[in-house]
Amino acid sequence: MEPLIFSERAVNILVFLKQVPDTQKVKIDPVRGTLIRKGVPSVTNPFDESALELALEIREITGGRVSVLTMGIPDSENILRDALTLGADEAFLITGSDFAGSDTLATSYALSNAVRALSPFELYLFGKQATDGDTAQVGPEVAAHLDIPVVTFVQSVRKVDERGMVVERMVDNGRQIVEVDFPVALTVVKAHKRLRMPSLAGIMDSFGKPVQRLGSGDIGVDVSKCGLSGSPTRVKKIFSPKHQTAVHFIEGSSEEMAHGFLVILKKEGVYG
Amino acid sequence: MYSGVWVFVEKGSDGVNPVSFELLSKARELSNELGGELTALCFGDSGTVQTASLAEYGADRILVVSLENDLLNNPEVMARHFSAAINEKKPSVVLAGATSFGRTMMPIIAAEIKTGLTADCTELAVDTERKILLQTRPAFGGNVLAMIECTVSRPQMATVRPHVFKLKKINPSKKPAVELKSYPIPEKRIATVLETIYEEETLDISASDIIVSGGRGLGRADGFELLQRLANKLGGALGASRGAVDLGWISPAHQVGQTGHTVNPKLYVACGISGAIQHLAGMRGSDMIVAINEDPDAPIFEAADYGIVGDLYEVIPKILEEVVTSTR
Repeated sequence: MEPLIFSERAVNILVFLKQVPDTQKVKIDPVRGTLIRKGVPSVTNPFDESALELALEIREITGGRVSVLTMGIPDSENILRDALTLGADEAFLITGSDFAGSDTLATSYALSNAVRALSPFELYLFGKQATDGDTAQVGPEVAAHLDIPVVTFVQSVRKVDERGMVVERMVDNGRQIVEVDFPVALTVVKAHKRLRMPSLAGIMDSFGKPVQRLGSGDIGVDVSKCGLSGSPTRVKKIFSPKHQTAVHFIEGSSEEMAHGFLVILKKEGVYG
Repeated sequence: MYSGVWVFVEKGSDGVNPVSFELLSKARELSNELGGELTALCFGDSGTVQTASLAEYGADRILVVSLENDLLNNPEVMARHFSAAINEKKPSVVLAGATSFGRTMMPIIAAEIKTGLTADCTELAVDTERKILLQTRPAFGGNVLAMIECTVSRPQMATVRPHVFKLKKINPSKKPAVELKSYPIPEKRIATVLETIYEEETLDISASDIIVSGGRGLGRADGFELLQRLANKLGGALGASRGAVDLGWISPAHQVGQTGHTVNPKLYVACGISGAIQHLAGMRGSDMIVAINEDPDAPIFEAADYGIVGDLYEVIPKILEEVVTSTR
Protein backbone atom coordinates (compact mmCIF):
# COMPACT_ATOMS: atom_id res chain seq x y z
CA MET A 1 0.00 0.00 0.00
CA GLU A 2 1.30 3.45 -0.89
CA PRO A 3 1.57 5.79 2.05
CA LEU A 4 -1.03 8.54 2.14
CA ILE A 5 0.84 11.62 3.13
CA PHE A 6 -1.02 14.89 3.41
CA SER A 7 0.72 16.84 6.10
CA GLU A 8 0.36 20.58 5.88
CA ARG A 9 2.96 20.91 8.55
CA ALA A 10 6.59 20.33 7.76
CA VAL A 11 7.86 17.25 9.55
CA ASN A 12 11.35 17.60 10.97
CA ILE A 13 13.13 14.29 11.19
CA LEU A 14 16.22 13.18 13.08
CA VAL A 15 17.78 9.95 11.79
CA PHE A 16 20.19 8.09 14.09
CA LEU A 17 23.00 6.41 12.17
CA LYS A 18 25.66 4.02 13.36
CA GLN A 19 28.91 3.15 11.70
CA VAL A 20 29.40 -0.60 11.88
CA PRO A 21 32.26 -2.84 10.83
CA ASP A 22 31.59 -5.11 7.92
CA THR A 23 30.20 -8.11 9.81
CA GLN A 24 32.28 -10.58 7.84
CA LYS A 25 35.55 -8.99 8.91
CA VAL A 26 34.96 -8.53 12.60
CA LYS A 27 37.85 -8.42 15.04
CA ILE A 28 37.72 -8.39 18.80
CA ASP A 29 40.30 -7.15 21.29
CA PRO A 30 40.97 -10.39 23.17
CA VAL A 31 42.13 -8.59 26.30
CA ARG A 32 39.50 -5.96 26.77
CA GLY A 33 36.72 -7.76 24.97
CA THR A 34 35.89 -4.65 22.98
CA LEU A 35 35.62 -4.19 19.24
CA ILE A 36 38.68 -3.39 17.19
CA ARG A 37 37.50 -1.15 14.43
CA LYS A 38 40.90 -0.35 12.93
CA GLY A 39 41.62 -2.13 9.68
CA VAL A 40 38.06 -3.34 9.27
CA PRO A 41 36.03 -1.68 6.52
CA SER A 42 33.19 0.38 7.97
CA VAL A 43 29.74 0.89 6.57
CA THR A 44 26.49 2.54 7.59
CA ASN A 45 24.36 0.07 9.51
CA PRO A 46 22.02 -1.33 6.80
CA PHE A 47 18.89 -0.89 8.91
CA ASP A 48 19.83 2.76 9.47
CA GLU A 49 20.00 3.15 5.69
CA SER A 50 16.36 2.09 5.57
CA ALA A 51 15.55 4.70 8.20
CA LEU A 52 17.36 7.36 6.16
CA GLU A 53 15.55 6.38 2.95
CA LEU A 54 12.20 6.57 4.78
CA ALA A 55 13.10 10.03 6.11
CA LEU A 56 14.00 11.29 2.64
CA GLU A 57 10.75 9.92 1.20
CA ILE A 58 8.65 11.59 3.88
CA ARG A 59 10.46 14.88 3.34
CA GLU A 60 9.73 14.79 -0.39
CA ILE A 61 6.05 15.08 0.42
CA THR A 62 5.80 16.94 3.71
CA GLY A 63 8.79 19.23 3.46
CA GLY A 64 10.81 19.83 6.61
CA ARG A 65 14.36 18.99 7.49
CA VAL A 66 16.16 15.70 7.62
CA SER A 67 18.97 15.77 10.17
CA VAL A 68 21.36 12.93 10.81
CA LEU A 69 23.26 12.15 13.98
CA THR A 70 25.78 9.57 15.02
CA MET A 71 27.86 8.86 18.09
CA GLY A 72 31.24 7.33 17.53
CA ILE A 73 34.89 7.80 16.75
CA PRO A 74 35.87 10.79 14.55
CA ASP A 75 36.04 8.45 11.53
CA SER A 76 32.29 7.89 11.71
CA GLU A 77 31.96 11.35 10.18
CA ASN A 78 32.17 9.41 6.90
CA ILE A 79 28.70 7.96 7.22
CA LEU A 80 27.33 11.42 7.97
CA ARG A 81 29.06 12.75 4.84
CA ASP A 82 27.42 9.96 2.85
CA ALA A 83 24.02 10.95 4.25
CA LEU A 84 24.64 14.59 3.31
CA THR A 85 25.35 13.63 -0.31
CA LEU A 86 21.95 11.90 -0.35
CA GLY A 87 20.25 15.09 0.72
CA ALA A 88 20.30 15.20 4.49
CA ASP A 89 20.17 18.85 5.56
CA GLU A 90 22.47 18.79 8.55
CA ALA A 91 24.69 16.37 10.40
CA PHE A 92 25.85 15.98 14.00
CA LEU A 93 28.72 13.87 15.29
CA ILE A 94 28.83 13.13 19.01
CA THR A 95 32.38 12.15 19.76
CA GLY A 96 34.93 12.07 22.54
CA SER A 97 36.62 9.68 24.91
CA ASP A 98 33.82 10.21 27.46
CA PHE A 99 31.59 8.08 25.27
CA ALA A 100 33.94 5.15 24.64
CA GLY A 101 32.71 1.75 25.72
CA SER A 102 29.06 2.75 26.09
CA ASP A 103 26.47 0.01 26.45
CA THR A 104 22.88 0.57 25.38
CA LEU A 105 21.93 2.46 28.56
CA ALA A 106 24.88 4.86 28.33
CA THR A 107 24.41 5.27 24.57
CA SER A 108 20.72 6.03 24.87
CA TYR A 109 21.40 8.47 27.73
CA ALA A 110 23.91 10.39 25.61
CA LEU A 111 21.72 10.35 22.49
CA SER A 112 18.67 11.57 24.39
CA ASN A 113 20.70 14.46 25.80
CA ALA A 114 21.88 15.33 22.31
CA VAL A 115 18.27 15.40 21.15
CA ARG A 116 17.39 17.84 23.92
CA ALA A 117 20.32 20.06 22.97
CA LEU A 118 19.32 20.20 19.31
CA SER A 119 16.23 21.86 17.88
CA PRO A 120 12.95 19.98 18.34
CA PHE A 121 11.96 17.26 15.91
CA GLU A 122 8.64 15.57 15.26
CA LEU A 123 10.05 12.24 14.19
CA TYR A 124 13.04 10.22 15.41
CA LEU A 125 14.05 7.34 13.16
CA PHE A 126 16.29 4.40 14.06
CA GLY A 127 17.20 1.21 12.25
CA LYS A 128 15.62 -1.65 14.15
CA GLN A 129 19.06 -2.79 15.29
CA ALA A 130 22.72 -2.43 14.39
CA THR A 131 24.44 -5.35 12.71
CA ASP A 132 27.38 -5.30 15.13
CA GLY A 133 25.64 -5.46 18.48
CA ASP A 134 22.25 -6.71 17.24
CA THR A 135 20.58 -5.47 20.43
CA ALA A 136 17.61 -3.49 19.03
CA GLN A 137 17.59 -1.64 22.36
CA VAL A 138 18.89 1.85 21.68
CA GLY A 139 15.77 3.15 19.89
CA PRO A 140 13.28 2.17 22.60
CA GLU A 141 15.70 3.28 25.32
CA VAL A 142 16.14 6.74 23.78
CA ALA A 143 12.35 7.06 23.54
CA ALA A 144 12.03 6.10 27.21
CA HIS A 145 14.61 8.71 28.24
CA LEU A 146 12.78 11.33 26.19
CA ASP A 147 9.42 10.12 27.51
CA ILE A 148 7.94 9.87 24.03
CA PRO A 149 6.10 6.97 22.36
CA VAL A 150 8.04 4.39 20.37
CA VAL A 151 6.92 2.02 17.65
CA THR A 152 9.39 -0.77 16.92
CA PHE A 153 9.95 -2.97 13.83
CA VAL A 154 8.11 -0.58 11.49
CA GLN A 155 7.95 -1.84 7.92
CA SER A 156 5.88 0.82 6.22
CA VAL A 157 4.19 4.16 6.71
CA ARG A 158 0.51 4.34 5.86
CA LYS A 159 -0.22 7.94 6.69
CA VAL A 160 1.43 11.12 7.90
CA ASP A 161 -0.62 14.15 8.88
CA GLU A 162 -0.31 17.21 11.12
CA ARG A 163 -0.87 15.24 14.28
CA GLY A 164 1.10 12.11 13.69
CA MET A 165 1.37 8.89 11.73
CA VAL A 166 -0.19 5.55 11.02
CA VAL A 167 2.46 2.86 10.50
CA GLU A 168 2.59 -0.85 9.99
CA ARG A 169 4.89 -2.84 12.26
CA MET A 170 6.00 -6.45 12.16
CA VAL A 171 5.18 -8.67 15.12
CA ASP A 172 6.11 -12.32 15.58
CA ASN A 173 2.95 -13.77 14.10
CA GLY A 174 1.79 -11.01 11.80
CA ARG A 175 1.51 -7.27 11.48
CA GLN A 176 0.02 -4.43 13.47
CA ILE A 177 -1.40 -1.14 12.29
CA VAL A 178 -0.42 1.47 14.84
CA GLU A 179 -1.45 5.10 15.21
CA VAL A 180 0.73 7.56 17.08
CA ASP A 181 1.03 11.32 17.53
CA PHE A 182 4.20 13.40 17.18
CA PRO A 183 6.75 13.49 18.57
CA VAL A 184 7.48 9.81 18.17
CA ALA A 185 10.41 7.43 17.74
CA LEU A 186 10.25 4.63 15.18
CA THR A 187 12.65 1.75 14.64
CA VAL A 188 12.46 0.45 11.08
CA VAL A 189 13.14 -2.93 9.50
CA LYS A 190 14.73 -3.38 6.10
CA ALA A 191 12.72 -1.43 3.56
CA HIS A 192 11.61 -2.83 0.26
CA LYS A 193 13.27 0.12 -1.39
CA ARG A 194 17.02 0.32 -1.21
CA LEU A 195 18.74 3.50 -0.15
CA ARG A 196 18.96 5.86 -3.10
CA MET A 197 22.26 6.63 -4.81
CA PRO A 198 23.74 10.11 -4.49
CA SER A 199 23.25 12.48 -7.41
CA LEU A 200 26.04 14.68 -8.71
CA ALA A 201 24.11 17.73 -7.50
CA GLY A 202 23.72 16.09 -4.11
CA ILE A 203 27.43 15.47 -3.88
CA MET A 204 28.19 19.08 -4.87
CA ASP A 205 25.64 20.42 -2.38
CA SER A 206 27.03 18.37 0.45
CA PHE A 207 30.37 20.15 0.30
CA GLY A 208 28.67 23.24 1.69
CA LYS A 209 27.14 21.41 4.62
CA PRO A 210 29.31 21.07 7.71
CA VAL A 211 29.30 18.13 10.08
CA GLN A 212 28.91 19.63 13.54
CA ARG A 213 30.95 17.97 16.23
CA LEU A 214 29.51 17.78 19.71
CA GLY A 215 31.34 16.74 22.87
CA SER A 216 30.02 15.93 26.32
CA GLY A 217 30.01 19.63 27.24
CA ASP A 218 27.90 20.56 24.21
CA ILE A 219 25.10 18.14 24.97
CA GLY A 220 25.00 18.66 28.73
CA VAL A 221 25.61 15.13 29.88
CA ASP A 222 26.80 13.92 33.26
CA VAL A 223 29.98 12.18 32.10
CA SER A 224 29.72 9.61 34.89
CA LYS A 225 26.61 8.31 33.08
CA CYS A 226 28.47 8.02 29.76
CA GLY A 227 30.92 5.55 28.29
CA LEU A 228 32.20 2.62 30.27
CA SER A 229 31.57 4.31 33.65
CA GLY A 230 27.92 4.83 32.78
CA SER A 231 27.41 1.30 31.47
CA PRO A 232 25.88 -1.21 33.89
CA THR A 233 26.77 -4.16 31.67
CA ARG A 234 30.26 -5.50 31.11
CA VAL A 235 31.54 -7.84 28.45
CA LYS A 236 33.14 -10.63 30.48
CA LYS A 237 34.51 -12.48 27.49
CA ILE A 238 34.12 -12.90 23.77
CA PHE A 239 34.50 -16.23 22.08
CA SER A 240 33.82 -17.93 18.76
CA PRO A 241 30.85 -20.22 18.34
CA LYS A 242 33.06 -23.02 17.05
CA HIS A 243 31.28 -25.99 15.68
CA GLN A 244 32.27 -28.85 17.96
CA THR A 245 31.94 -31.90 15.74
CA ALA A 246 33.19 -32.22 12.19
CA VAL A 247 30.68 -32.81 9.43
CA HIS A 248 29.91 -36.41 8.68
CA PHE A 249 29.50 -36.97 4.95
CA ILE A 250 26.91 -39.39 3.65
CA GLU A 251 28.46 -40.98 0.58
CA GLY A 252 27.51 -43.28 -2.27
CA SER A 253 25.07 -43.22 -5.18
CA SER A 254 22.04 -40.93 -5.14
CA GLU A 255 19.94 -43.82 -3.83
CA GLU A 256 22.47 -44.61 -1.13
CA MET A 257 22.73 -40.97 -0.06
CA ALA A 258 18.94 -40.63 0.03
CA HIS A 259 18.70 -43.80 2.10
CA GLY A 260 21.49 -42.65 4.42
CA PHE A 261 19.70 -39.34 4.92
CA LEU A 262 16.53 -41.08 6.09
CA VAL A 263 18.43 -43.53 8.29
CA ILE A 264 20.07 -40.62 10.10
CA LEU A 265 16.77 -38.80 10.51
CA LYS A 266 15.29 -41.91 12.09
CA LYS A 267 18.34 -42.51 14.27
CA GLU A 268 18.27 -38.92 15.53
CA GLY A 269 14.56 -39.20 16.16
CA VAL A 270 13.54 -36.28 13.99
CA TYR A 271 11.55 -38.31 11.53
CA GLY A 272 9.80 -41.62 11.24
CA MET B 1 17.88 -6.04 48.98
CA TYR B 2 17.34 -7.27 45.48
CA SER B 3 16.53 -10.97 45.37
CA GLY B 4 14.64 -13.54 43.35
CA VAL B 5 14.17 -14.21 39.67
CA TRP B 6 11.21 -12.89 37.69
CA VAL B 7 9.96 -14.26 34.41
CA PHE B 8 7.58 -12.20 32.32
CA VAL B 9 4.63 -14.30 31.20
CA GLU B 10 3.79 -13.23 27.66
CA LYS B 11 0.38 -13.75 26.17
CA GLY B 12 0.35 -16.22 23.31
CA SER B 13 -2.15 -17.20 20.66
CA ASP B 14 -3.68 -19.69 23.03
CA GLY B 15 -2.94 -18.63 26.57
CA VAL B 16 0.76 -18.34 27.30
CA ASN B 17 3.54 -17.90 24.75
CA PRO B 18 5.67 -21.09 24.98
CA VAL B 19 8.83 -19.00 25.44
CA SER B 20 7.57 -18.03 28.90
CA PHE B 21 7.43 -21.70 29.93
CA GLU B 22 10.90 -22.25 28.44
CA LEU B 23 12.16 -19.34 30.52
CA LEU B 24 10.51 -20.60 33.70
CA SER B 25 12.12 -24.01 33.14
CA LYS B 26 15.57 -22.42 32.88
CA ALA B 27 14.90 -19.86 35.60
CA ARG B 28 14.05 -22.70 37.99
CA GLU B 29 17.66 -23.91 37.70
CA LEU B 30 19.03 -20.38 38.00
CA SER B 31 16.88 -19.70 41.05
CA ASN B 32 18.12 -22.82 42.79
CA GLU B 33 21.69 -21.65 42.28
CA LEU B 34 21.07 -18.02 43.17
CA GLY B 35 18.86 -18.80 46.15
CA GLY B 36 15.57 -16.94 46.30
CA GLU B 37 12.15 -17.34 44.82
CA LEU B 38 11.05 -17.67 41.22
CA THR B 39 8.16 -15.39 40.37
CA ALA B 40 6.01 -15.52 37.24
CA LEU B 41 4.85 -12.01 36.40
CA CYS B 42 1.51 -11.80 34.59
CA PHE B 43 -0.60 -8.90 33.43
CA GLY B 44 -4.37 -8.77 33.32
CA ASP B 45 -6.65 -10.14 36.01
CA SER B 46 -6.15 -13.14 38.25
CA GLY B 47 -9.03 -15.02 36.60
CA THR B 48 -7.08 -15.57 33.41
CA VAL B 49 -3.82 -16.72 35.02
CA GLN B 50 -2.81 -20.34 34.34
CA THR B 51 -1.63 -20.98 37.90
CA ALA B 52 -1.21 -24.73 37.55
CA SER B 53 0.91 -24.54 34.37
CA LEU B 54 3.13 -21.80 35.77
CA ALA B 55 3.73 -23.90 38.90
CA GLU B 56 4.47 -27.01 36.83
CA TYR B 57 7.26 -25.14 35.08
CA GLY B 58 8.72 -24.04 38.39
CA ALA B 59 7.14 -20.80 39.62
CA ASP B 60 7.12 -20.36 43.41
CA ARG B 61 5.01 -17.24 43.25
CA ILE B 62 2.74 -15.57 40.77
CA LEU B 63 2.46 -11.82 40.68
CA VAL B 64 -0.50 -10.52 38.71
CA VAL B 65 -0.34 -6.83 37.81
CA SER B 66 -3.82 -5.69 36.97
CA LEU B 67 -4.20 -4.07 33.59
CA GLU B 68 -7.21 -3.39 31.40
CA ASN B 69 -7.78 -5.90 28.67
CA ASP B 70 -7.35 -3.47 25.79
CA LEU B 71 -3.89 -2.45 27.04
CA LEU B 72 -2.51 -5.98 27.12
CA ASN B 73 -1.12 -5.60 23.59
CA ASN B 74 0.76 -2.43 24.46
CA PRO B 75 4.42 -2.85 25.42
CA GLU B 76 4.79 0.80 26.43
CA VAL B 77 2.01 0.73 29.01
CA MET B 78 3.09 -2.65 30.30
CA ALA B 79 6.68 -1.40 30.66
CA ARG B 80 5.56 1.35 33.04
CA HIS B 81 3.54 -0.98 35.25
CA PHE B 82 6.40 -3.48 35.12
CA SER B 83 8.86 -0.77 36.25
CA ALA B 84 6.59 0.13 39.15
CA ALA B 85 6.46 -3.52 40.21
CA ILE B 86 10.25 -3.81 40.00
CA ASN B 87 10.72 -0.66 42.05
CA GLU B 88 8.46 -2.03 44.76
CA LYS B 89 9.54 -5.67 44.87
CA LYS B 90 13.19 -5.39 43.83
CA PRO B 91 13.90 -8.65 42.00
CA SER B 92 17.54 -9.49 41.29
CA VAL B 93 16.94 -10.94 37.82
CA VAL B 94 14.21 -10.15 35.27
CA LEU B 95 13.82 -12.29 32.14
CA ALA B 96 11.53 -12.00 29.13
CA GLY B 97 11.34 -13.74 25.77
CA ALA B 98 13.20 -12.03 22.93
CA THR B 99 9.94 -11.73 21.00
CA SER B 100 8.95 -8.54 19.22
CA PHE B 101 6.94 -7.69 22.34
CA GLY B 102 9.72 -8.48 24.81
CA ARG B 103 12.32 -6.66 22.75
CA THR B 104 10.16 -3.55 22.79
CA MET B 105 9.04 -3.60 26.42
CA MET B 106 12.29 -4.57 28.14
CA PRO B 107 14.46 -1.69 26.82
CA ILE B 108 11.85 0.80 27.98
CA ILE B 109 11.94 -0.75 31.46
CA ALA B 110 15.75 -0.82 31.51
CA ALA B 111 15.96 2.87 30.61
CA GLU B 112 13.34 3.80 33.23
CA ILE B 113 14.99 1.77 35.99
CA LYS B 114 18.47 2.69 34.69
CA THR B 115 19.89 -0.77 34.69
CA GLY B 116 21.58 -3.10 32.22
CA LEU B 117 19.74 -5.22 29.69
CA THR B 118 21.27 -7.97 27.57
CA ALA B 119 19.47 -8.66 24.30
CA ASP B 120 18.58 -11.97 22.73
CA CYS B 121 20.53 -14.31 25.01
CA THR B 122 21.11 -17.90 23.99
CA GLU B 123 22.63 -19.10 27.26
CA LEU B 124 22.20 -18.15 30.91
CA ALA B 125 24.26 -19.38 33.83
CA VAL B 126 25.10 -18.36 37.38
CA ASP B 127 28.48 -17.34 38.73
CA THR B 128 27.85 -19.11 42.03
CA GLU B 129 30.61 -17.31 43.92
CA ARG B 130 29.45 -13.83 43.10
CA LYS B 131 25.79 -14.82 42.73
CA ILE B 132 25.42 -13.02 39.44
CA LEU B 133 23.87 -13.94 36.14
CA LEU B 134 26.17 -14.75 33.21
CA GLN B 135 24.38 -13.86 29.99
CA THR B 136 25.67 -15.18 26.69
CA ARG B 137 24.49 -13.79 23.40
CA PRO B 138 25.51 -13.80 19.76
CA ALA B 139 26.78 -10.56 18.23
CA PHE B 140 28.04 -9.55 14.80
CA GLY B 141 25.44 -11.70 13.14
CA GLY B 142 26.43 -14.75 15.13
CA ASN B 143 30.14 -14.46 14.32
CA VAL B 144 31.01 -14.18 17.98
CA LEU B 145 29.41 -14.98 21.29
CA ALA B 146 29.69 -12.47 24.09
CA MET B 147 29.32 -13.25 27.76
CA ILE B 148 27.81 -10.25 29.49
CA GLU B 149 27.36 -9.51 33.16
CA CYS B 150 25.62 -6.73 35.02
CA THR B 151 27.81 -6.43 38.07
CA VAL B 152 26.38 -3.60 40.17
CA SER B 153 23.02 -2.36 38.87
CA ARG B 154 19.89 -4.30 39.73
CA PRO B 155 17.88 -5.96 38.46
CA GLN B 156 19.98 -7.89 35.94
CA MET B 157 17.75 -7.97 32.88
CA ALA B 158 17.83 -10.10 29.76
CA THR B 159 15.68 -11.03 26.81
CA VAL B 160 16.10 -14.65 25.77
CA ARG B 161 15.69 -16.14 22.34
CA PRO B 162 12.70 -18.49 21.91
CA HIS B 163 13.28 -22.22 21.36
CA VAL B 164 16.67 -22.12 23.10
CA PHE B 165 15.74 -23.61 26.46
CA LYS B 166 13.94 -26.91 26.79
CA LEU B 167 10.63 -27.17 28.57
CA LYS B 168 11.04 -28.94 31.90
CA LYS B 169 8.20 -29.68 34.27
CA ILE B 170 8.68 -30.24 37.97
CA ASN B 171 6.38 -31.70 40.60
CA PRO B 172 5.43 -28.62 42.56
CA SER B 173 5.39 -29.45 46.27
CA LYS B 174 2.97 -26.67 47.07
CA LYS B 175 0.62 -24.35 45.29
CA PRO B 176 2.25 -21.06 44.31
CA ALA B 177 1.24 -17.97 46.21
CA VAL B 178 -0.73 -15.65 43.95
CA GLU B 179 -0.58 -11.93 44.59
CA LEU B 180 -2.64 -9.35 42.77
CA LYS B 181 -1.18 -5.85 42.54
CA SER B 182 -2.26 -2.70 40.86
CA TYR B 183 -0.06 0.32 40.30
CA PRO B 184 -1.38 3.83 39.76
CA ILE B 185 0.45 4.95 36.64
CA PRO B 186 -0.23 8.43 35.28
CA GLU B 187 -1.59 8.21 31.76
CA LYS B 188 0.96 8.85 29.07
CA ARG B 189 0.79 9.51 25.40
CA ILE B 190 1.31 6.13 23.71
CA ALA B 191 1.07 4.46 20.35
CA THR B 192 -2.33 2.85 19.80
CA VAL B 193 -2.70 -0.49 18.06
CA LEU B 194 -5.56 -0.06 15.58
CA GLU B 195 -5.48 -3.56 14.19
CA THR B 196 -3.48 -6.77 14.43
CA ILE B 197 -3.33 -8.92 11.32
CA TYR B 198 -2.28 -12.49 12.00
CA GLU B 199 -0.43 -14.17 9.18
CA GLU B 200 -1.19 -17.75 8.33
CA GLU B 201 0.62 -20.01 10.73
CA THR B 202 2.37 -21.81 7.90
CA LEU B 203 4.34 -18.62 7.33
CA ASP B 204 5.83 -18.60 10.84
CA ILE B 205 8.68 -20.87 9.90
CA SER B 206 10.50 -20.25 13.19
CA ALA B 207 7.80 -22.27 14.98
CA SER B 208 8.52 -25.37 12.88
CA ASP B 209 10.55 -28.33 14.18
CA ILE B 210 11.81 -29.13 10.70
CA ILE B 211 12.91 -26.65 8.04
CA VAL B 212 13.92 -27.47 4.48
CA SER B 213 15.75 -24.48 3.07
CA GLY B 214 16.95 -23.53 -0.40
CA GLY B 215 19.50 -21.13 -1.79
CA ARG B 216 20.95 -19.88 -5.05
CA GLY B 217 22.34 -23.34 -5.69
CA LEU B 218 18.83 -24.46 -6.66
CA GLY B 219 19.56 -22.68 -9.90
CA ARG B 220 15.92 -21.95 -10.63
CA ALA B 221 12.74 -20.82 -8.89
CA ASP B 222 10.83 -24.06 -9.34
CA GLY B 223 13.48 -25.84 -7.29
CA PHE B 224 11.44 -24.66 -4.32
CA GLU B 225 8.57 -26.88 -5.49
CA LEU B 226 10.81 -29.88 -4.99
CA LEU B 227 11.86 -28.60 -1.56
CA GLN B 228 8.23 -27.96 -0.65
CA ARG B 229 7.44 -31.58 -1.45
CA LEU B 230 10.27 -32.71 0.82
CA ALA B 231 9.12 -30.31 3.55
CA ASN B 232 5.57 -31.66 3.26
CA LYS B 233 6.77 -35.24 3.51
CA LEU B 234 8.86 -34.49 6.60
CA GLY B 235 6.15 -32.34 8.15
CA GLY B 236 8.29 -29.22 8.04
CA ALA B 237 8.33 -25.68 6.73
CA LEU B 238 10.10 -24.11 3.78
CA GLY B 239 13.05 -21.76 4.36
CA ALA B 240 15.32 -19.82 2.04
CA SER B 241 18.59 -17.96 1.94
CA ARG B 242 18.70 -14.27 1.21
CA GLY B 243 20.20 -15.02 -2.18
CA ALA B 244 17.13 -16.97 -3.25
CA VAL B 245 14.77 -14.32 -1.87
CA ASP B 246 16.67 -11.53 -3.65
CA LEU B 247 16.31 -13.42 -6.93
CA GLY B 248 12.55 -13.40 -6.38
CA TRP B 249 12.31 -17.18 -6.24
CA ILE B 250 10.44 -17.16 -2.94
CA SER B 251 8.81 -14.61 -0.61
CA PRO B 252 10.79 -12.88 2.18
CA ALA B 253 8.54 -14.58 4.76
CA HIS B 254 10.71 -17.67 4.24
CA GLN B 255 14.07 -15.96 4.63
CA VAL B 256 16.43 -17.35 7.25
CA GLY B 257 19.44 -15.34 8.34
CA GLN B 258 20.57 -12.10 9.83
CA THR B 259 18.00 -10.03 7.97
CA GLY B 260 15.35 -12.77 8.04
CA HIS B 261 14.15 -15.28 10.59
CA THR B 262 16.33 -16.76 13.30
CA VAL B 263 15.37 -20.41 13.57
CA ASN B 264 16.32 -23.22 15.96
CA PRO B 265 14.50 -26.29 14.61
CA LYS B 266 15.26 -29.90 15.47
CA LEU B 267 16.30 -30.45 11.84
CA TYR B 268 17.53 -27.93 9.28
CA VAL B 269 18.11 -29.21 5.75
CA ALA B 270 20.15 -26.70 3.72
CA CYS B 271 19.84 -27.36 -0.02
CA GLY B 272 22.00 -25.44 -2.46
CA ILE B 273 22.97 -22.96 0.25
CA SER B 274 26.63 -21.98 0.27
CA GLY B 275 26.56 -20.87 3.90
CA ALA B 276 27.27 -17.14 3.97
CA ILE B 277 27.96 -16.00 7.51
CA GLN B 278 24.71 -14.00 7.54
CA HIS B 279 22.75 -17.15 6.76
CA LEU B 280 24.58 -19.21 9.37
CA ALA B 281 23.66 -16.57 11.96
CA GLY B 282 20.01 -17.42 11.44
CA MET B 283 20.18 -21.21 11.67
CA ARG B 284 23.23 -22.12 13.69
CA GLY B 285 21.10 -22.90 16.72
CA SER B 286 19.39 -25.82 14.96
CA ASP B 287 19.73 -29.16 16.78
CA MET B 288 20.80 -30.95 13.63
CA ILE B 289 21.93 -29.51 10.30
CA VAL B 290 22.10 -31.49 7.07
CA ALA B 291 23.57 -29.79 4.01
CA ILE B 292 23.12 -30.88 0.43
CA ASN B 293 25.44 -29.11 -1.97
CA GLU B 294 27.45 -29.90 -5.08
CA ASP B 295 30.49 -28.01 -3.83
CA PRO B 296 32.33 -30.01 -1.17
CA ASP B 297 34.16 -26.84 -0.08
CA ALA B 298 30.98 -24.82 0.57
CA PRO B 299 31.18 -23.20 4.03
CA ILE B 300 27.77 -24.65 4.90
CA PHE B 301 29.50 -27.99 5.54
CA GLU B 302 31.49 -26.40 8.36
CA ALA B 303 28.26 -25.69 10.18
CA ALA B 304 26.59 -28.99 9.24
CA ASP B 305 26.39 -32.21 11.22
CA TYR B 306 25.79 -34.26 8.08
CA GLY B 307 26.69 -33.48 4.50
CA ILE B 308 25.64 -34.79 1.13
CA VAL B 309 27.87 -33.76 -1.76
CA GLY B 310 25.72 -34.19 -4.80
CA ASP B 311 23.03 -32.91 -7.12
CA LEU B 312 19.96 -32.10 -5.05
CA TYR B 313 17.79 -32.70 -8.12
CA GLU B 314 18.94 -36.30 -8.07
CA VAL B 315 19.10 -36.96 -4.34
CA ILE B 316 15.87 -35.32 -3.15
CA PRO B 317 13.61 -37.22 -5.58
CA LYS B 318 15.20 -40.43 -4.30
CA ILE B 319 14.42 -39.36 -0.74
CA LEU B 320 10.83 -38.65 -1.75
CA GLU B 321 10.58 -42.07 -3.36
CA GLU B 322 11.75 -43.81 -0.26
CA VAL B 323 9.90 -41.82 2.33
CA VAL B 324 6.45 -42.82 3.39
CA THR B 325 3.92 -40.12 4.09
CA SER B 326 4.80 -38.35 7.29
CA THR B 327 2.91 -39.43 10.33
CA ARG B 328 3.25 -36.01 11.90
